[in-house]
Order: sequence, then structure tokens, then C-alpha cells
Amino acid sequence: MSGRRVVVTGMEVLAPGGVGTDAFWSLLSEGRTATRGITFFDPAQFRSRVAAEIDFDPYAHGLTPHEVRRMDRAAQFAVVAARGAVADSGLDTGALNPYRIGVTIGSAVGATMSLDEDYRAVSDGGRLDLVDHAYADPFFYNHFVPSSFAAEVARAVGAQGPSSVVSAGCTSGLDSVGYAVELIREGTADVMVAGATDAPISPITMACFDAIKATTPRHDDPEHASRPFDGTRNGFVLGEGAAVFVLEELESARRRGARVHAEIAGYATRSNAYHMTGLRPDGAEMSEAITVALDEARMNPTEIDYINAHGSGTKQNDRHETAAFKRSLGDHAYRTPVSSIKSMVGHSLGAIGSIEIAASVLAIRHDVVPPTANLHTPDPECDLDYVPLTARDQLVDTVLTVGSGFGGFQSAMVLARPERTAA
Amino acid sequence: MTASVVVTGLGITAPNGLGTKDYWSATRVGKSGIGPLTRFDAAPYPAKLAGEIDGFTAEEHLPSRLLPQTDQVTRLSLVAADWALADAGVRPADLPAFDMGVITASSAGGFEFSQHELKSLWSKGGEYVSAYQSFAWFYAVNTGQISIRNGMKGPSGVVVTDQAGGLDAVAQARRQIRKGTSLVVAGAVDALLCSWGWVGLHTSGRLSTADDPGRAYLPFDERAAGHVPGEGGALLILEAADAARARGARVYGEIAGYAATFDGREPGLRKAIELALTDADLAPSDVDVVFADAAAEPELDRIEAETLVEVFGHRGVPVTAPKTMTGRLYAGAAALDLATAFLAMGEGLIPPTVHTDPADHYGLDLVGTEARPAELRTALVLARGHGGFNSAMVVRS
Repeated sequence: MSGRRVVVTGMEVLAPGGVGTDAFWSLLSEGRTATRGITFFDPAQFRSRVAAEIDFDPYAHGLTPHEVRRMDRAAQFAVVAARGAVADSGLDTGALNPYRIGVTIGSAVGATMSLDEDYRAVSDGGRLDLVDHAYADPFFYNHFVPSSFAAEVARAVGAQGPSSVVSAGCTSGLDSVGYAVELIREGTADVMVAGATDAPISPITMACFDAIKATTPRHDDPEHASRPFDGTRNGFVLGEGAAVFVLEELESARRRGARVHAEIAGYATRSNAYHMTGLRPDGAEMSEAITVALDEARMNPTEIDYINAHGSGTKQNDRHETAAFKRSLGDHAYRTPVSSIKSMVGHSLGAIGSIEIAASVLAIRHDVVPPTANLHTPDPECDLDYVPLTARDQLVDTVLTVGSGFGGFQSAMVLARPERTAA
Repeated sequence: MTASVVVTGLGITAPNGLGTKDYWSATRVGKSGIGPLTRFDAAPYPAKLAGEIDGFTAEEHLPSRLLPQTDQVTRLSLVAADWALADAGVRPADLPAFDMGVITASSAGGFEFSQHELKSLWSKGGEYVSAYQSFAWFYAVNTGQISIRNGMKGPSGVVVTDQAGGLDAVAQARRQIRKGTSLVVAGAVDALLCSWGWVGLHTSGRLSTADDPGRAYLPFDERAAGHVPGEGGALLILEAADAARARGARVYGEIAGYAATFDGREPGLRKAIELALTDADLAPSDVDVVFADAAAEPELDRIEAETLVEVFGHRGVPVTAPKTMTGRLYAGAAALDLATAFLAMGEGLIPPTVHTDPADHYGLDLVGTEARPAELRTALVLARGHGGFNSAMVVRS
């Protein structure tokens, strides 16, 4: 393993409850929720009718009419977040060798909202088997192949290094950043603009998750619908958003006097090789990912101060994950605060892993563990300290954040306060 | 730590041949798989030709329970993975699960499956959407299904970089092997031949509307006017060279170098080639053959030809585009070119570029309709994705 260490020097978050890193942290630290009845379309026909939507005006965030026209909502999120992250980093990308700047953007489901609309138009509402190309959006290809998200971000930040979309279901947001870290460590890139985006709140997504009862039907009480680790939980709440980071090699970040938010100290992904949507209750594969990520970070399990959980709020996930934490951290799992921000911002599929990295960075910055909202009823199978309802002031030097996704992907990342590791 | 990473197995599904043997025997003699589109009625659409895979009956290869939950692209991928593993002489059940990974590229996921489910949604209602839609469409489906079928629990993932993805996935697999994973199934298969996918492909603005299969996809030709889409691709088995040798595996060759760039003020293809050669510790003069991206779009052909002349000199290296026999397979194309490069090196034969009459002004030594015998030690494979992605991979026999 090379000695190059990778740090976060810039970040921007677009999450339900408010665009921008500050609004995001206010929501989390105050334990407020951003879930609500769906407003994007009439959800009456669906079993689940709640979501965590962003009130997003692309023009207010500097996108031009052409950009808005050609980009899916998820691409718009990614570009706004990427520009914000570069601004936050203070990096003058124009002064760097553009071939040493790369881009990775995670997304589980690409341009779903646009594709749903595109299909509806070319099929005349599902009437035509042979869909009519005369009605195709001229930017359909950008929706068709979501690599357009990475292309838009690369153009927006002036990157000419390796650029790609990483798409491993609901761990995409961790895997995209993990991929970028590997590129810096191996010396391929000096700067990576890395993160994830998804904007999946559309009829086809609701129908998909209805069909397997993955999303909650708690539509009479949308503000309290996302209930990770609670005994009454009955599915996740779909969300949307993006988080993008500027990652740099530690020494070059220091040389330019950059503010270092956190070090990405370790990362690993493993697969359960079991089922496209199901999880074995023992959590063995997530546990393996955690163990390998800790090894890479050269940390003992007892050094973890906070676990940012996947905590989707499905019966099986929260059980699976609880088992994985015990398996990998042993007794320390019982002493470590664990929380799920999905209780507040919902589950934005491929984006959430990056949004949760942002929450982890902010927990380190503020020495605050964000809570798990809506957690009132203990579940005997979920018997760790899930930080119910109220944020907790405590020293947070290290965070373990994990994700679990359709396809069997299990990913883990360890973040650390820069002074702790960079001394 | 830059351990040598080798390829020990190939699984090929292509319009001109299903399985490595059929594919190579067709490709080496210039047999094309391009013809009139039959999968659906192409009459309403400007483009009417495709590289379709004929004679693939999923039921013959896969258990029946997998059929209702998979798109054509996933069925082809699962079979390609099976063939690649068999070719490598690997039984996954014999290996530690965490030591095997799967890294694929995808362009648009299981598109035909999703067309069917979207039709159900919009014509009948949400309750008619398949329980499998939640994963049969998304880009990670092939990796997930291959990992499940073969019990592979190691580092796995999916990259989406349009047509550059086939190389990017193999490069990411090489990275994981260098970090300690024993074996990775890597590459890409794409299949987009449904009417909705066809409309999507049209909006690239790069499809040929010719109706003569011999005059439709003509890269580096004055008549170049777009490409013909195809379905298929290749999956490769990658292993650490030491481990492959230790188990006595037959080795096709080494993944010696790779780089990816993105277009900016100037096209990034040249930089990708130079960085890939540097990564391989080779000079341009070491390259014996180039598998071109071969867009068959005049501006893109010009950029690629100029780049090759700049790096290798005027007619400085043999260039070929066997994808003229399959159509462009999107993410699958570069993975298939990689597999083809190993087959070509194995036989000492550069496969032909069919149909094209190369324009002199490009300055390329394009291998024409006849295959060319040559001693091949090193091949360069190029791939470009829509929007500005460039990838280059150097392989050695």
C-alpha cells in the first residue's frame, strides 16, 4: 500500500430539508425530519405515498437554462454540489494540471425521473409497443446512459482526468468515494471531485418498491414515517439529494494551506452473493467490509467513536446491520453510538452513502452525534445505542459509516479527524 | 506494489459468434453479424440494421427461476461469466468466497425489462409492475447476479462511462487484484435492442441509417455516417500472475497498462494513450496493433486518426476495428476488443476491418477486409464514451 493519504478538503450537500451543508447540519443536529407526503405527482395509486423531497430551484443555484434543459434533476444536483464543493475547498482548479483532476459520481438509478417521463411521452402513456422516436426528448441520450452525470461534473469543474459514474445500488455513494480514494492513493490523480447523486422520486420507483414492500405505507403520518431501529418500522422512505467532496492527497493539501475536513482512512466493499434484495441475518459480509476498512485505517474496533448506520428502516436491514456491528466490533458495538440519518432525510438510494459521509464529517467537525429520529419503541433484535430523538454532544474523532444495497453490496468507510491521524 | 495481472479466461457473446470458438472463427475470416433488425419491427425508425445475437436460448444455459427476473443483458452476462470461468478452469465453489469479485460496466442496464414494466405502470397501473423491476433495470444488475450465481463475495462494483466502460471495469478489477483479491470477473455486456432502447440510441445522433449491411458502419471511410448498434460483449477472468502460474492456468496475456481521460479544451485521447503506455512501461514502437474505437463519425474518426498518427507516426502501426463485424456493443465493445486482442496475439493474426475503404488522408495503416498475419506481442485497445470519456488499455501476450 502506498503512503499517499487522502483527505476531504471541500464538500457540499443537497439534502431534503434544505440545500447546502449548513441547512443539512441544522436539520440533523436538531433532529428534525424532512419526510412528507409526495408532492411531485399524485401518489394515490401507490401503497407508499411519502418521500423526502428537496425544494430545489436550479436557477437559484446558478444553473443556466441550457444546463437545466439538458440535465436530469440528479445531474443538476451533482453539478450544483460539485461547484459548491470546489468553492468550499478554495482550490483553483484552473491552475492545476486538468489531467490530474478526476471525477467519480455515484448513482444507483441514474436519470429515473427523466426516463419515466421520456417513456411516457414516446409510448403515448404506455399505449405503444413500438415507441415513437418523434416524441423523444433531444437529450434522451443523457438520461439513457447516466455517465452523463460524470461528464457534466467534469466539464463543470474542468477535470480531464479519469471520470466515471459508479453504480453499485445503494452503496454507490460510498463506493464512488472509495474508488476516488484509490485513484489518489495509487497516484493516478491528485484531486478527485467525488460524491453521489440520485433523484428517484417518480412513479416507476414507487411502483418498484411497492411491489416488494420495501417502502413504508405510513402515509397518514409522513413526518414520522422513517423509523430506523424502531420496533414499529415497516419500510424506508424514499429520498433524493447529492453530496460531493473535493478529495486531495494530504501533503499537497497541506502545502496549499487547505482546510482539511477529515481523512478517509479506510474503505472496503464486499458482496453477500446471496440475493438481489435479501439479506442473511448474520451480517457476515458487511462485517467483513468493516473489518477490512478498519485494517486499512490501521485502527482497532475500539477506536471507533460513532457509527453512521445504513439504518434504512426495513425490518431485515436494521437487524442485519446490528448483527454486522456486533460481529465486527464485538463488545465495543454496545458502547458505540449508532444512528441513522435516514430517519430525517430518507433514503436517496445511490446518493445517501455520500450524504452520510458528509454527516460523518460534520459529526467530527462539531463533536456531535446526530440522532435517530422517530425512535420510540425498542426492538429486542436491535439492542445497541441508537441515539434516539436528540443529538448528543461527545468527542467524535473517528466515524464508521456503512451501506447495504440491492445486488448484495456491503460497503464500509472509516473517517478520522485530521489532527488525530495527520500529526 | 504493482503485481502483474493476467487474463486466464474469456467469455464471449457477440453477434457474429456465441462463445469464443465461434466468435474467433468468424472474426478471423471477416464474417459479419450485422443484418436487418428482427427483434422488433424497425420499419418506423431511421436506423434499421443491428448486430443481433442469434441462437441464444437462455433456457439452455440458466435455471428457469432466473428467467422471469432477468433482462437479455443479464442472461448474456451470466452465460458469459460461466463460459469465462470454465475457460479459466476455475470452479468458484473451490475458492474462498471473499477472494473473488465481479466488476462490470453497463451503459443503460436492463432496458427491455424496464420498457415492459413501464408499459405496465402507465397503461395499467403501479400494481402491475414486476417485483423484479427494482433490480432488473439498474446498472448494478449484472454484477449482482454474477456474484450470487458464483458465490463471489469479494470487492465488486459497476462503472458507467458509456462505451469506455468496458476498459474501465477491467482496470478497476486489476486494481482490486493488486490490492489482494485473487480473481475478478471483469468486463461488460450490453443489450439494448428493444424499441425504447432503439429510440435512446437514436438520440445519440450517431446511428447509421443505411439499409445495406455492407455499407452501414464504415469507420475511417469518406462515407462514414454513423454506426450500427449491436448486443453482447465479453467477460474476462483476471488473476494475479503468480497465482495463475501457481495453479498452472493457461494465460492469455497481461493487462499491462491503462489510463482514462476526459475531453477538455482539446481531446483527451492522446493523453490516455500516452499515460497507458507509461503505465505499461512501453514506448509507442512496442505496440504491434491498435484496436481502434472506430466511431464512424467524421469528426470522431478525424480525432482518433490524428491522435494515432501523432503517437505512432504516419501509417506507423497496424490499426483494426473488428467491431465492424458486430456493430458497436456500447460498454461491451471495448471488453470484446480486449478479448479479441488476446485471441489475435494467440494466433498471430490481426483480425480484419470489414466493409471500410479507408480514406488515405487519415494516414492509418488500417487492416482491411483480409486478416493480416503478424507477430503480436503488445496490443493497444481504445474506447471512447459519449460526452468525452477516453480509455486506453495496453495488453501483452
